[in-house]
Amino acid sequence: MKTKIHMPKILKQKNFLFKLGLCICLAWIFIAIFSPLIMPQDPYAQDMAARFQGPGTAHWFGTDELGRDVFSRVLLGSRVSISAGLITVCITVVVGLFYGGIAGYIGGVIDDIMMRLAELVSSFPPLILAMVIASALGPSIFNSVFAMTIIWWPNYARLMRSMVITLKENEYITASRTLGASHVRILFREILPNSIGPLLVMATLDIGNAILTFAGLSFLGLGTQPPTPEWGSMVSDGVSNMNYWWISTFPGLAIFSMSIGANFVGDGLRDYMDPKLLKD
Amino acid sequence: MVKYIIRRLIFVVFLLIGVSLLVFLISNLVPSDPVAANMSPTAMSDPEAVAVYKAKWGLDKPLYQQYFVYLSNLLKGDLGTSIRTGNPVLEDLKQFFPATLELSIFAMIIAIVLGVLFGVISATHRDKPLDYIFRTISIGGVSVPNFWFALLMLFLCYSKLGIFPGGGRLGSRSTSPSGGSGLYVLDGILSGNWGLASEAFSHLLLPALVLGFFTMGLIARQTRSNLLEVTSMDYVRTAKAKGLPGGKVITRHALGNALIPVITVMGMGFCNLLGGMVFVEKIFSWPGIGQYAYLSATTLDFPAICGVSLLIAVIYVVMNLFIDILYGIIDPRVRYS
Repeated sequence: MKTKIHMPKILKQKNFLFKLGLCICLAWIFIAIFSPLIMPQDPYAQDMAARFQGPGTAHWFGTDELGRDVFSRVLLGSRVSISAGLITVCITVVVGLFYGGIAGYIGGVIDDIMMRLAELVSSFPPLILAMVIASALGPSIFNSVFAMTIIWWPNYARLMRSMVITLKENEYITASRTLGASHVRILFREILPNSIGPLLVMATLDIGNAILTFAGLSFLGLGTQPPTPEWGSMVSDGVSNMNYWWISTFPGLAIFSMSIGANFVGDGLRDYMDPKLLKD
Repeated sequence: MVKYIIRRLIFVVFLLIGVSLLVFLISNLVPSDPVAANMSPTAMSDPEAVAVYKAKWGLDKPLYQQYFVYLSNLLKGDLGTSIRTGNPVLEDLKQFFPATLELSIFAMIIAIVLGVLFGVISATHRDKPLDYIFRTISIGGVSVPNFWFALLMLFLCYSKLGIFPGGGRLGSRSTSPSGGSGLYVLDGILSGNWGLASEAFSHLLLPALVLGFFTMGLIARQTRSNLLEVTSMDYVRTAKAKGLPGGKVITRHALGNALIPVITVMGMGFCNLLGGMVFVEKIFSWPGIGQYAYLSATTLDFPAICGVSLLIAVIYVVMNLFIDILYGIIDPRVRYS
């Protein structure tokens, strides 16, 4: 009954896009961790004499309007962008897991009230809610992550609830209850491990989305503040300097590659765990 | 069926009350100050000016009173006055909505046509190079940051190649037509002004393509996986066994059933479209709801934010209702309960 992910087994399968995505994600995580060691130049150092230089041997991705090295900034920018996405997804999974788990397990009126509340939040236009929260609390990385958490948790709550409702009717739960297991034990030791698979797939597919949304909020000026390098705000640096295409193209490519990598991995995981698609 | 629709419509009313309450609560719970957001620092230093300002927008009344005033006005069709523009929110929405509607209709058409096409090609060439190419395009659609994609397309197609006009709904020399539906292409066609229609269309194409790209990805992915599932079914095998050519098996037998769940994704995609609108409208200087929402949110103009949210919530719910009904008509297995 237990759905376990055997990573080695999934890697043995013929799934080119999954492996490609995994490589991209691992490469970016490596870059994010070791960026201070591999950056060729100081990403904060301004050099007005060298501003708006196109990509070349001195600056691989060119320089921006303050003469900063775009390549070094893209490398260091991975830290904020990727960690913001990962943290958002982690928090929303935990919140949704508890909320949906409790609602589904208790059932009845409390379940109804809890789920209507979740529905209310998710019926709100997400980006607008995030913009409102982020701009009301003041633009910062923390507030953007908070805003994204607020708009995202209902998805996980709903999934978790539906899993709990199906699982709690199983015989092994009845058995465990007869043996005198507490509700907490049943919920977290019996039900949770069996519902983690679909949650994990949803979370992997959401990482790309979270990175995109965070970059979007930063692009609108609601996330990272200058001079911290971050992919979304770097793209927006290029808006007023359209002819210097490299300023926004490279950070945009970075967002795109990370997001597509995460989606490849998520797709691969989903196909792997969905027996319907593996039938033939 | 009628009962079902009525029940859904009652739910809409509750939903709208909920949305308005949520915005209202956020506007009051968050440690922000609409006074500080909308008044200059010099005006802020004058306590009298601040008091006048607060009285004018009802900011000095207790919380629950503010909400009930708002709600009763809402029932009369009064969404309040935008703090930023100084116009009634309803007027603002009426002014900006047609631009957004026109853009999203075109984006949706592009997304559906390309999405279904790419999905079918992918599924019929499973695990072959064509499948990989179109899967990459469709995953690319849902992975690409649309603000960046919009910039890139504007730079390439307008600045470099010059094959598309720049931002805005019409060229700088053209005046926008007065009256009509506000959908310039439609207005141009209906009034026989073909110059206007084609100019509006050429301005519309690029932003609609960028906006529809994400939804295209969603639809293509869903179409592919559904079609793969359906083609493994007995009735499709029967169709193949009786000697029907492959193309006909897909178009006559498999596709119809494969597209039923895609309809749900279309609804989801449409709602995603409304989110992407903020970026696309900002970059293409498109005078629509997305820009209005962005400017309202960043200046904490809560009457306007609430208006926009209510409008989008209504669209969202109506869209989903429409899809559910459509679902029931297309697929007789679905019963309304």
